[in-house]
Amino acid sequence: MQVQLSHPARTVEIKGPKRAKDVLRELSLVVEAHLVIRGDELVTEDEMLFDKDQIEIRPVISGG
Amino acid sequence: MNCTKCKTKAVIKLPRHHAAFCKGCFNGFVHDQVAKAIKSQKMFGKDQRILVAVSGGKDSLALWDILLKLGYKADALYVNLGIGGYSDRSYDKVRLFADSVAAPLGATLHTHKVEQEEGSGIRELAQLVHRPTCSTCGTIKRYQFNRAAIEHEYDVMATGHNLDDEAARLLGNVLHWQEEYLDKQGPSLPASVEGFAKKVKPLYRLTERELAAYCVLNMIDYIVDECPMAQGARSLLYKEVLNRLETESPGTKQTFYWGFLEKQSKKESAPTTMAEKDQALLHPCRICKQPTTSEVCSYCKLMARAKTPTTL
Repeated sequence: MQVQLSHPARTVEIKGPKRAKDVLRELSLVVEAHLVIRGDELVTEDEMLFDKDQIEIRPVISGG
Repeated sequence: MNCTKCKTKAVIKLPRHHAAFCKGCFNGFVHDQVAKAIKSQKMFGKDQRILVAVSGGKDSLALWDILLKLGYKADALYVNLGIGGYSDRSYDKVRLFADSVAAPLGATLHTHKVEQEEGSGIRELAQLVHRPTCSTCGTIKRYQFNRAAIEHEYDVMATGHNLDDEAARLLGNVLHWQEEYLDKQGPSLPASVEGFAKKVKPLYRLTERELAAYCVLNMIDYIVDECPMAQGARSLLYKEVLNRLETESPGTKQTFYWGFLEKQSKKESAPTTMAEKDQALLHPCRICKQPTTSEVCSYCKLMARAKTPTTL
């Protein structure tokens, strides 16, 4: 599946099917600091993601 | 995974509350948390006028949205810091929200352009006064928001600081034992002297992740990019550390910050209140008349240094 990441903006390919929390783990990203969005819908960490899905992993930390 | 309340499909899991919610129940949860914050900290009432400090980021736009949906009279101020394309993109997000959501609900957007009044953008000002950009930015934003609140006669000024912001700031203050800053860490700071607007943080019960989720679910278009000036900021490191702790032990952030507030409230029954301390320490700045502990406030000092020609 195509996974869009930010900071810096890039796209990576991850083999599905996989649960959202396992995709985060594979990318060494902490659940508490990210949202997983499939298309334009928010999904929980237990959601199964497939190769056909367009995924955005959005960081939520901001500030200086 | 199903919603804890209505049993339909959940879109977000909140381990710190042992809950998961669908969109409708999550919106209800967010609104309840903000209502609880406003009531428990005696922030403001339905008849008072609120000025929200907006940046184009998720927290401030979510705050403006929530206050309007809860039926409060909330206008907003955007300070354009002049950070090239980043400030332009941030302003576009604020303008879009103001036109599409806030204006139909009767709310107004005020804007202040740093380059117009202070003479140059935040990056250049920081270089001129040899201070970190984030610190210069903080001084200017605090000053302009307070000034706008006073000049436009708002009852209270609200900022989008969330649980992560407050827990990270508390961690930084505790790590360096900056006890003098702890008094100012509450979510409701009084208008203790003439010229000081009351300041409140109605989002202190919600995490950054919950506020980002609120924006995604309610199609609030915010600026996802990090401020280019904030890269490497110490507060971001504290947030990362707290998020690792939160993942291993859900509820760590709220236990840390809310526990601190509980201890503070017990301390406040002591004879010297923050308002009394402020009244003893603060007086009008010689130049601009806004409250300060010195003869001239830090904003006027900063601007005086910025306007002094540099000799090589």
